[in-house]
Amino acid sequence: MTTLTETTGAAEATNSAAAGAVATVDAERSRELKSPHLDVLESEGIHIMREVAAEFERPVLLFSGGKDSAVMLHLARKAFWPAPVPFPLMHVDTGHNFPEVIAYRDELVERLGLRLVVASVQSYIDSGRLRERGDGTRNPLQIQPLLDGITDNKFDAVFGGGRRDEEKARAKERIYSLRDEFGQWDPRRQRPELWNLYNGRHKPGEHVRVFPLSNWTELDVWEYVEREQVELPSIYFAHEREVFARNGMWLTAGEWGGPKDGEAVETKQVRYRTVGDMSCTGAVESASVTIADVIAEIAVSTITERGATRADDKLSEAAMEDRKREGYF
Amino acid sequence: MLRFATAGSVDDGKSTLVGRLLHDSKSVLADTLEAVERASRDRGSDGMELALLTDGLRAEREQGITIDVAYRYFTTARRKFVLADTPGHVQYTRNMVTGASTAELVVILIDARKGVVEQTRRHLAVAALLGVRHLVLAVNKMDLVDFEESVFSAIAADFAAAAEALGVRDHTVIPVSALAGDNVVDASTSMPWYSGPTLLEHLETVPVGVDASTQPVRFPVQYVIRWADYRGYAGQLASGVLNVGDDVVVLPSGLRSTVVGIDTFDGSVDLAYAPQSVTVRLADEIDVGRGDLLVRPGDEPSVVREFDATVCQLSDRPLQSGDRVLVKHTTRVVKAIVDQVNYRLDIETLDRDGTVNSLGLNEIGGVTLRVAAPLAVDDYNRDRLTGSFLVIDEHDGQTLAAGLVGDPIADSSFSTSDGARL
Repeated sequence: MTTLTETTGAAEATNSAAAGAVATVDAERSRELKSPHLDVLESEGIHIMREVAAEFERPVLLFSGGKDSAVMLHLARKAFWPAPVPFPLMHVDTGHNFPEVIAYRDELVERLGLRLVVASVQSYIDSGRLRERGDGTRNPLQIQPLLDGITDNKFDAVFGGGRRDEEKARAKERIYSLRDEFGQWDPRRQRPELWNLYNGRHKPGEHVRVFPLSNWTELDVWEYVEREQVELPSIYFAHEREVFARNGMWLTAGEWGGPKDGEAVETKQVRYRTVGDMSCTGAVESASVTIADVIAEIAVSTITERGATRADDKLSEAAMEDRKREGYF
Repeated sequence: MLRFATAGSVDDGKSTLVGRLLHDSKSVLADTLEAVERASRDRGSDGMELALLTDGLRAEREQGITIDVAYRYFTTARRKFVLADTPGHVQYTRNMVTGASTAELVVILIDARKGVVEQTRRHLAVAALLGVRHLVLAVNKMDLVDFEESVFSAIAADFAAAAEALGVRDHTVIPVSALAGDNVVDASTSMPWYSGPTLLEHLETVPVGVDASTQPVRFPVQYVIRWADYRGYAGQLASGVLNVGDDVVVLPSGLRSTVVGIDTFDGSVDLAYAPQSVTVRLADEIDVGRGDLLVRPGDEPSVVREFDATVCQLSDRPLQSGDRVLVKHTTRVVKAIVDQVNYRLDIETLDRDGTVNSLGLNEIGGVTLRVAAPLAVDDYNRDRLTGSFLVIDEHDGQTLAAGLVGDPIADSSFSTSDGARL
């Protein structure tokens, strides 16, 4: 049985505007952009995406609906304009989704005329190929559907939205990260990366994870979202939600993961700093309803985004490193 | 935005210095600090081991070493920083070459008790070879020499002499104590004789970037965008300013045309400058594809089938005369033969040993390469991106060496004595 489903946006690509119809940006103004570092990061990301499109047979962009994948998709649209994005998106769907994120994903795919591949954790569980964990979290269960999705579709380059500022194991990740047939990351086998020259050569069966946002920080992503008016799912902004407290995080009360006995449900004004499996992604109390509010909030935050919102990273000091070695994002 | 790298050995307290820089600039958030404090306690330390902030991998924490280049990001009110933190012991050359290749500034760290040592000279030479514009010497552990000015002055003089011998024009020397925090972010109260900037102040104010308008136009074509009637050449300007209306030469073919449009997703522009990623349209339907380089007539790089280069061997497989390899230069990959290994460079003395015919891991030397198709190259000293390349193993794909076109050490005002040249 196949666990991969595919949908194609019905809309025609909207990028068909001819070059002549485009407004001319005043050259002086473009030189005086307020945030030159965002221009540098954007140009670097576009450069990386074009390198991959030119040198690989079948790239794919991992799209979770989170802000990092939204920014990656935005860069991809810019990199190949006026042509459409020349590769599909893949969503590793844990089945524990925020409905707002799925609605956002489907609307975007439809409107931009993109191709979406879904690797479904739920169908692996339904068919008995994966078993639900005792703690109910499905983040570790994503690895198998992700790797099968890459193999079955013969994807040889996989764009991920990982940033080096996120976590200490990611700080040592290359922009091009070679993975073996089992999707594994070996930090000692990493290739040195010099200047802007990327070496994507790989054996059949191997693939390369590519991280065009490597040099971005959480704040850079938000400043870019503001500058470019990148659309995001509504859960990134403050809203009322029924939540319960666990391990110092606010989790959504619902059909997955809780609340258990003794965990009281309250209605709070919250927002999410990351988008992940609903059962283990925590919300933060927040009154930030606009992008500018969010930027102001992050600028003074004393907690990293993963520390604030990811239960699975708290398991051990090397939790992320161990999952990366097994083929995680 | 400043991209910089640090170099120094474990014993010099580099991880502590980087940890201090991140900690005192308030770039480390509370949960990360808690994790480090917890880990420090588990290891039986009294205080917080700042080095744990940067040692990311399990093996590193267990063995107390740093495996690989780690990238750190922090922002102050004045600037955003990207730090390539390179380990100082094994494979130091490989890692430092990697970190320095994208850096505009390198901080070399030494122990005030030891002064300028062999390793310092190596770090200095690698930074100079890679064309890093600004060098900073952080004289660490000043607390262990009683914050003595005479110790610092003697080290500063030694370093200045070594830097001058390499033709390094701009360097700054700062006395610090990473453990106690003196002159890293906050000015020291123990060294009233020092009136210069703290390390962070210097990093925040050193001029970065180059004026693109003074540089030659170099536009490597990455990708041809075809869509309906549209045909554009996508790429990132490696250097210079390209204007609509400019005449251009396509290399290596030598075909000529004129720029009729420079497009971006946000609209067409009249000009583009490095390091912008744009798409260029030309007036004529000529053969242009990935790997071609657009330049201005009269300001062209050399088109070569054979060239001399300086390489740093990054792999444990040696590079030998007669080896068949791939060369990746800008957006072009060509087959190549190592015609000859000309010499091995002693990075401390700058002496050249012309008797060798192979280069081992971490060794730097001169080679002559013959390529299967012509390449449009600049000397590395002239242009970092059109003067650099990778040497790749044709069979298993690994990156064997980093290459710099020409002889940067002999060509810049680098070596002062004829004895240093071969």
